[in-house]
Amino acid sequence: MNTLLEIENLETVLHTGDAPVRAVDGLTLTISPGETFALLGESGCGKSMTALSIMRLLPDVGEIVGGKISIGGTDLLQLPETGMRKIRGKRISMIFQEPMLSLNPVLTIAEQIEEVLQQHLNLSHEAMQARIRELLEQVGIPDAARRMHEYPFQFSGGMKQRVMIAMALAGEPELLIADEPTTALDVTIQAQVLDLMRRIQQQKGMAILLITHDLGVVAEMAQRVAVMYAGEIVELATRHDFFHHPRHPYSQQLFAALPGKQKRNQALTVIQGNVPSLAQQFSGCRFVDRCNQALAQCRDTVPQWHTISGQHQVRCHLYGNNAVQAAASATPAVQEAVHVTPSTPLATDDVLLQVTDLKVHFPIRKGLFKRVVGHVKAVDGVSLKIAAGKTLALVGESGCGKTTIGKSILQLIQPTAGNVRFKEQELNGLRRSQLRPVRSQLQIIFQDPYASLNPRMRIIEILQEGINALKAYQTGYSGNDTAASAQSPENEIDALLQRVGLPAEVKWRFPHEFSGGQRQRIAIARALAVNPKLLICDEPTSALDVSVQAQILNLLKSLQNNLGLAFLFITHNIAVVEYLADEVAVMYLGRIVEHGRIDEVMSNPRHPYTQALLSSVPHIEADPVRHIIPLTGDLPSPAAPPTGCHFNPRCAHAMPVCRTAYPPVSSFSATHSAHCYLYSQEHRTTDYEH
Amino acid sequence: MSFSPIILWTDALIYLFVAIVFSVVWYVRRHEHLLAQWKRVGHSASGMSSLTVLIFFLTVGLLDTVHFRPALDHKNNQGETIYSVEVLSLLDVLVAPLRTQVEKTYSAPLAAHLYAKETIELDGKQVRTFARLQFGGAHLQDPDKEHTADITQLALKGLACGLLIWSVLSVGLIARLSQRSRQNFALYLMAIWRRNTEIPWRAILITLLILLLIIGCITALAGHYHVLGTDKVGQDILYQSLKSIRVALVIGTLTTLIMLPFALLLGIMAGYFRGWVDDVIQYIYTTLNSIPSVLLIAAAVLMMQVYIETHPELFDTIASRADLRLLFLCMILGITSWTGLCRLLRGETLKLRELEYIQAAHAFGVSHWRVISRHILPNVMHIVLIATVMDFSGLVLAEAVLSYVGVGVDPSMISFGTMINAARLEMAREPMVWWALLAAFSFMFTLVLSANLFADAVQNALDPRIRTLRQRTVLPRFGKKDKHVKDNAPEATAAAKSSPHP
Repeated sequence: MNTLLEIENLETVLHTGDAPVRAVDGLTLTISPGETFALLGESGCGKSMTALSIMRLLPDVGEIVGGKISIGGTDLLQLPETGMRKIRGKRISMIFQEPMLSLNPVLTIAEQIEEVLQQHLNLSHEAMQARIRELLEQVGIPDAARRMHEYPFQFSGGMKQRVMIAMALAGEPELLIADEPTTALDVTIQAQVLDLMRRIQQQKGMAILLITHDLGVVAEMAQRVAVMYAGEIVELATRHDFFHHPRHPYSQQLFAALPGKQKRNQALTVIQGNVPSLAQQFSGCRFVDRCNQALAQCRDTVPQWHTISGQHQVRCHLYGNNAVQAAASATPAVQEAVHVTPSTPLATDDVLLQVTDLKVHFPIRKGLFKRVVGHVKAVDGVSLKIAAGKTLALVGESGCGKTTIGKSILQLIQPTAGNVRFKEQELNGLRRSQLRPVRSQLQIIFQDPYASLNPRMRIIEILQEGINALKAYQTGYSGNDTAASAQSPENEIDALLQRVGLPAEVKWRFPHEFSGGQRQRIAIARALAVNPKLLICDEPTSALDVSVQAQILNLLKSLQNNLGLAFLFITHNIAVVEYLADEVAVMYLGRIVEHGRIDEVMSNPRHPYTQALLSSVPHIEADPVRHIIPLTGDLPSPAAPPTGCHFNPRCAHAMPVCRTAYPPVSSFSATHSAHCYLYSQEHRTTDYEH
Repeated sequence: MSFSPIILWTDALIYLFVAIVFSVVWYVRRHEHLLAQWKRVGHSASGMSSLTVLIFFLTVGLLDTVHFRPALDHKNNQGETIYSVEVLSLLDVLVAPLRTQVEKTYSAPLAAHLYAKETIELDGKQVRTFARLQFGGAHLQDPDKEHTADITQLALKGLACGLLIWSVLSVGLIARLSQRSRQNFALYLMAIWRRNTEIPWRAILITLLILLLIIGCITALAGHYHVLGTDKVGQDILYQSLKSIRVALVIGTLTTLIMLPFALLLGIMAGYFRGWVDDVIQYIYTTLNSIPSVLLIAAAVLMMQVYIETHPELFDTIASRADLRLLFLCMILGITSWTGLCRLLRGETLKLRELEYIQAAHAFGVSHWRVISRHILPNVMHIVLIATVMDFSGLVLAEAVLSYVGVGVDPSMISFGTMINAARLEMAREPMVWWALLAAFSFMFTLVLSANLFADAVQNALDPRIRTLRQRTVLPRFGKKDKHVKDNAPEATAAAKSSPHP
């Protein structure tokens, strides 16, 4: 087997802070021409540093201190910088995570691609223009001849990522490094981009080094997989071996931490703790502190590579000759999960929150006198209801108005029209002071745990703020442990922190001392401080790693079981929805297109958009019958939604009637309904969805 | 000597300011977490060194703030003591020789002769020569021969004096510190020398040594010479520079105090409430900004001047008149200079108000006032601190510019501005008179630089995200080949901060 890229014992050090951080510590891998190699790991494992080391584009504090990187026999670490420039873009290209930040906003697309061509190919102006057009057509940009002279802001996120790919392909590289290429994109767009990458790879026969944390993307794309943990590779396998027989405890625990439908009634297996600081010297296995199968020798002996079969290698003591016995007995223990008592529903059918025909329109103002020239219809007539102790998931792509709904229910954004009734009380139109009594019952958890805690307040102050602001309105402590009501404020905070699984002494610290998952716990504790009945969770896990996500989901689930909380769970992650939600509402462009119980919608989606959305989600189980329904184009602007059904320009089943009027509701059961002309509107049972 | 104390307007404000500072210190000392935060200021070597220098400037400024009128020797007809119309400060008394030993005109630093030739009568003949100074080097018999030796001797004496004072001070300090930490004196000395103490005493002591050496040297020389020369009317430049410190501090701090409420309140309100509040505030500061500030200040100061001249009965001394004018200048400068900071704060608040922790506070129904004071204000304080310290130097310069136009401080008041303004003509003179400008420049430079460095240290200390204390460990040297070095590297140098996970 000939190799294209060969990395031997790469060591990259970041000279930051007091001690040098060994971001990559003895990494060895090889990539053959034309193969897709996935580097998988949590954030902070050194994946991106590996990619930047290959390109020799490390930040100023970074230094490659040892090892060898060679591409097709050329040792990259021996090349002078000018020689390296002939490699970058020509033999190795890279695409980055954020398409929004990777393009220069003041240059047209053509000018930016031209830069690459000028550097590597000696072409005349006409030939260059023709090549640019060809490249853009290759990545599926419609009307490339015209659009190549447009600026990045005129392209959507998915289109920008296509342009990035076109730019990376300009020099016809042998190796494409894709650093989380689809993390910032929606699932339907992600499916498009992944499909494009696969197609181009087949045409050009180039190798792809895919860096990602998403097991689903790996399952779709990779031929070989390397799992990276704390600066080194711990498992190396073909895709089939990896997904069917993961060997390293870390890989096994990653799979166990994934949420999904099958795990609905049990707690997810969590990987305790965090990735260890790479500033230290490791004396044993790096994973030992979080491993559920750790042996005595794991602490003091660095594990060596053990070959399981053929290309499957693992760096773990469990597979050493003398530990085979232990391994055999330990493997079944992986799936051992702490079972939650099958949800004892405190839930009744009492409707806690009822939203009818909610509209949030943002005016677009123009000109000297700021005349209103139009409206962005972020939320356009949404109705939903949540029963006490139940979870309603709101699913949709970014920009469809999910977050706006959450905020307008809390009256953080003033709704334009419609009703929000919470326990028989109308919230719309209430003044700030009138709203205050309701505030303790309705709380919100935000997406970004880094932005949701004031960096200059200590945890105790953050937690106390809500309690103090709403103290007068709390009618007794109705929580499970009535003992807490008699306690002093400080004990109350200790109890809160314990409830979210943090030690009480953290209350004296500042938020920056915590990891993302811990911060999210604090944010949850802050919301719980006032004993809410309904929590609006606005993508609470999307900024977190899989293992931490499992911790937060477990916490939310146990809170629901113990306190009878209802959740409005806003997310784009279908797996989380399947794990947590009782009901699901699918949103498209400010409206709910399908609504039903979780099993109804997931197993039998009716609306073409729901079908496309569900099919786009990458699955880790190879599903031979799975067929991705391709969605062309992007989400239209909510300022000028298409006439008729909003989905008609992207819908495969669009009929003439779809372009004339918005479809009324079609009901399939008492709980399941959709807005689509494909289904008859006759047997309308309830007027639930207006 | 009897005297009658005088409290001028700016004096009163300075006393108030000092009182506020002391009460804040008292408040901080009583609150553990605030104290811990402010103690972090002490971790910065540059911050503490500049604080040492700043304390010197502040001492001079405060000494110059205690004003009084000395009693005259004769009494009036009723037998009451009459007080001089001249208002003196403690500083004036301390450096009395500098104030009273006035030469005829320009003389270079440490000179024994005037800077220009003039015709004098010498042994009955008229000679055109450099005349001897009345005070500078007057004790010398033959300045040409003894001059250098005398200066060297005096300077050395001064240096020795400074060293002596420093040794006494530092021994006392270290003794106290070692006593407090219950450590051996020698051990503590070693700790300081190796920079192992939490507060960078080594940097402080070195700064103090340099400061005391310079002060000692200058004090020894100032008795017999004009260390920084004299100006056109023969006044000592060193005296002028010392007197200017108070004016600079007053303009820097009082103007900031007047400007801050406007900038903070209006800027945060505009960004936070948006809508019509934002529009109104933006229009106000845009309008104010569009008027050339020199015009506005000139108009206001001239009005003030007319008022002062038509009401001479309000002022019993020249000093109180000059002082009122200074206060008024500060107010005018404050009112015209808040717009820049206001705009910065509006922008930052616009960004902050969308952040999720502010949204979370809204979700709790926290009142607007508490959101502003607890969430927004602490998070814009770094901008305020940087902007005000940057403004400090700008304001001192503005005073210089305004004095140049003739609408600055009272002509009888010595300030860096008037010194620089006078230097304008002196620089064009042949031979050039450079020392006045140099003196003003170096004093201002030291003052502004140390204020900047100190503000930097404060800003770092108040941001909980920044670690102020560096762990001192020997960094392992990484080389491409020497693996063995790496293996011996000290373990786990960074304190693992994450708490044990449940």
